[in-house]
Order: sequence, then C-alpha cells, then structure tokens
Amino acid sequence: MNFNRRIYNRRKRSNAIWLVLSALAALFGIVWLTLILYSLFYNGFSSLNADVFAKMTPAPGEAGGLWNAIVGSLIMSGLAVVAGTPVGILAGTYLAEYGRYARLSFFVRFINDILLSAPSIVIGLFVWQVMVVNMQSFSALAGAASLMIIVIPVVVRTTENMLLLVPNGLREAAAALGAPRSVLIKAVTWRAARAGMVTGVLLAVARISGETAPLLFTALNNQFWSTDLTKPIANLPVVIFQFAMSPYEGWHHLAWAGALLITITVLGLSIAARLLESSKRS
Amino acid sequence: MVDVALSGVTVPEHKVAAVKRGSAGDVRFRALTLAASVLVLAVFAGVMLSLAMGAAPAIKAFGFDFLTTQYWNPVTEKFGGLASIYGTLISSVIAMLLAVPVGIGIAIFLTEICPRPLRRPIGIAIELLAGIPSIVYGIWGLFSFAPYFQENIQPWFVDLVANVPVLQDVFAGPPYGIGIFTASFILMIMILPFISAVTRDVFDTVPATLKESAYAMGCTTWEVVWRVVLPFARTGVVGGAMLALGRALGETMAVTFVIGNAHHIASSLFAPGTTISATIANEFTEAVGDLYRASLIELGLILFFITFIVLASAQIMLRALEKRAGGVQG
Repeated sequence: MNFNRRIYNRRKRSNAIWLVLSALAALFGIVWLTLILYSLFYNGFSSLNADVFAKMTPAPGEAGGLWNAIVGSLIMSGLAVVAGTPVGILAGTYLAEYGRYARLSFFVRFINDILLSAPSIVIGLFVWQVMVVNMQSFSALAGAASLMIIVIPVVVRTTENMLLLVPNGLREAAAALGAPRSVLIKAVTWRAARAGMVTGVLLAVARISGETAPLLFTALNNQFWSTDLTKPIANLPVVIFQFAMSPYEGWHHLAWAGALLITITVLGLSIAARLLESSKRS
Repeated sequence: MVDVALSGVTVPEHKVAAVKRGSAGDVRFRALTLAASVLVLAVFAGVMLSLAMGAAPAIKAFGFDFLTTQYWNPVTEKFGGLASIYGTLISSVIAMLLAVPVGIGIAIFLTEICPRPLRRPIGIAIELLAGIPSIVYGIWGLFSFAPYFQENIQPWFVDLVANVPVLQDVFAGPPYGIGIFTASFILMIMILPFISAVTRDVFDTVPATLKESAYAMGCTTWEVVWRVVLPFARTGVVGGAMLALGRALGETMAVTFVIGNAHHIASSLFAPGTTISATIANEFTEAVGDLYRASLIELGLILFFITFIVLASAQIMLRALEKRAGGVQG
C-alpha cells in the first residue's frame, strides 16, 4: 500500500505541476497581448483627434492629420475587393461545384492555400515587376492589384468551404425541377451560402486593411491629396511605417493614431463576420 | 449529373429553346468558373516566373556565392544574402521555440483547465487577436517593448550570464534594445494567438469518449492530455505550427521595425541583424542599379522558395488529418 501511495502522490504532483505550467503559459500569452492592446489604445486614443480626419499628412514638425492616407487606403481596398471578390467567388464555386472531384481542383486548392499564407512582400515584388516597371510609375492601381492578389485566396477558401456546407438535397431538388447547373448554383447554392460568402469578403477586407509590405513599392506614398489612380497614393499602413521610423514626435503620434484606426477596423470587421456567421447558424 | 432519355413525349418548341438557352448559359458559366480557378494557378506561376526573371542578373553575377557570403555592398555592387537568410531562419526558429510550448499551454488551459463560462470569451479574444495586422505588433515593439527591454532587462541579463560559457557570447554586447532577439520576441507574440487557436481547434476534435475512457481508468488530467489528447492531435498541431512558421518566415512589418537592419551575422542574439523581408522592405525603393534590385529580388525568390516548402508540408499534413477526421465521422 505504501508503495502505491508513493506512485499516486508522484502522479498527483506531476499533474499539478504541468497544469500550473499550462495556466502560466496562458497567463504569459494573455499578459503580452493585453499589454499590446493597452499601449495601442492608450497611445492611439491620446493621439486621435478631429484633425486626423480633417487634415493631410504633415511635414515634420507641423500639425496635420491622416485624411489623405485614410482615403487612399479606402480607394485601394475598395478596388481590390471589387476586383478580387468575383474572381474568388467564381474559383471557389468551381472547386465546390463543377470541379469538386477534378484533378485540377486538387492543384488549385493546394496552390490557393499556399497563396493564402505566402509572404505578402513577395507579392509586392511581383506587382512591382509587372505593373510599376511597365507603367514607369508607382501607382494606386499597382497597390490595389497587390491587395487584390491577397483578397482572392481568402475569398476562394471561404466560398468553397461555405458551398460545401450546402446540403446536397437542395441541389438535387433544384436539378429534379430541371434547373440547369448554372441556374442551380446561382439561385440555390449561392443563396443558401450567402451569409458565409459575405463573411469571407469581410475577412478579406480585414486581412488587407493592415497589409503594409506589398504597398511599400507599389502604391508607395504621397504626402499630398491625390485620387489619381495612376499616381502614387497615400495609404495608412505605409504612412504608419514611415512616420514610426522617423525621429519626429508629432509623426509618432500620428502613427499610433493610424495603427489604432486600422486595429479598430480589423476588429470591427472580424466581429461583424462572426455575428453574421452565428446568426446564420441559429 | 445523369442524362435521362425520354421517348414518346412531345415537348413544345419554346421549352426546347429554353433548355438549349439554359445549357448554353451553363457552358459559359462553367467556363467562367474554370477560368477563375486557372487564374489562381496563373498568379502563382506568374509570381514564380517574374521573381526568377527579375533575379536572373544577380544569379548570373554571383551564382552560388550569393547563398554563402554575407558581403552586402551597394557601392561596389557586391551582394551576398547570407546575413538576411540567417536572420530570417534564426528569428523564426527562436519565435517558434518560444511560441509552440506556450501556444500548446494556452490550448491545454482553454480545453482542460479554464472554467467553462470563460472558455468561449477567451477563445474568441485569442482568435480576434490572431487577425490584428502585424504592423501593430511592429510599432508596439519599436515604441514600447524595445525601450523598456533596453533599459531594464537587457543590461541585467547580459550581466547575469557574463560568466557563463556559451551564453555569454549568445547574449552579449551593448544594449541596443533592437536586434535579432527583440524581433524574435515580437514574432513570437504575433504568432502565439494563431498557434493557440489552431491547437485548440485540433484538441477539440479529440473524441470525448477517448478522454472519458482514460479518465475512467483513473488518469490524471495531465496524463489524459499527454497520453491521449496530444498523440491524437499530433499531426494537426505540427501542421498548424508549420503554418505559423510559414507566416513567421515571411513576416515583414513585425520584424522590420526592431531588427536593426545590419547585414552582418553576429554571434550575439542581442546584436542588430536583418531578415530577407526586412532587407527588401528597407532597401527596395531606394535601390539604384539593376544588380542591386536583382539581388533584392533574388532574396525574395529565396524567401518564396523557403516558405513554399514549409507551407506545402503543412498542407500535406493537414490534408492527411482532414482525411482521417472524415474517416472517423463517416
């Protein structure tokens, strides 16, 4: 009995030790993430004021805001989503409907999932060579194109996943009524999976709203107001990057404010996507 | 779909026309979706091809030496990528060494220890944090972490290990605050939510009956985790970790702010260094001269190649897992 009790106590002890270590790991992770959010909100909100939305990015030492960068980011993200979403939805539809078991789909899925996590800076290099070199200028269009390449895989993945959730009974019912496959897809499966597909687009927007690396040498930056798509354009991520790396106090504040704006946008979009998904499920 | 042959039935003309119209639309729509999927492949091929073409002058000029020298001089146009490649690998490896155990710990905490009402909120918070753009982690590292680290932790730690062999070289030098170690640490914090979320999801796929049988035999919670949950979830955890590694390797903004941008391999982790993505981000717009640009593009090609291998292995492992999970359910 004595011997057994020793083993028993040892097992209880190691159980306690490892569980405490796990809890400490959780604490460790949560502490750092809270610290980041805390300093982001503290520094961000103390730098956020009406000027941020009213004035252009300033020269060093002057007062200013981020309005041109905000608008530039909105323009490029908008273009990227408008151009990338249809491609993503169509490709996702092929993977889930026409080509569900096709050999080609296997490759497309594989490559798509790699593009999903591929280094975004490499996508910037690609667009630089294809567009910036040929147009001989950095441009908003090139920036939008690189963001579009990031949007497509996200939309493809969610579209396929959502279409796969649509019960086959629905497809069979439509087919039994004599609907051609394209009508079946557009009127039945797309409609059944709509909430999920919108979720995918929201997540794609969230994904690109903080993307910096591919914009550094496609959209570049612009200190002034510009909506010309063939010219360099101001955008939040690159402004944050340049302002944060500068030695000027005023620029640092604007960088924090910009980072806060991006984070709020991303969190808002992710929460909206989540709500949409759960409202669909219930 | 199966074609059904009908005989002895007369179909009105306009209905036949409608069916023909429908099937013509069908062919068009099918071709459209097919074209979109081929476009995904084309983008990938285009990225590879354009990088290879852009890098060609540098490959021709430096050949294999590019991979083995750390000499990086835009003035004399002599380039070697070793310092960047080393920085990319070492910072990601350190980040993974820190993030994987902590991430698994968080997943164990969430699935086994955490009080039930708190599981969902903490889980959702971690998933949301996984979506925060890396530039936020970067500027936090630059403005908040690096100064604090430089003043309070680094000098103390250098003194602490000053007489320990090996460690005194690995953690040596003046406290800059920025450097390889800082970059690794920020990377670790950035991939932590991702690893935790993936690991928790995999842990959730362990059938409850398996865990319950182990508990019924008298296993402690830890024994259930160590001998039942982890072996069952191994493929998924490794696949998720590889996915995280792929992200860490290609990460630009979380690293560029705090790495120091020095083309030099130092023995100390506290010394400034650089990574492939940081080098490209810092130098590409200002790079003058074809050879300089080509060298940066070659670095991009190498990065793409490394991440491709890591991500492809992750895909293969996760696909195998999916197949098995499908087998269990169906």
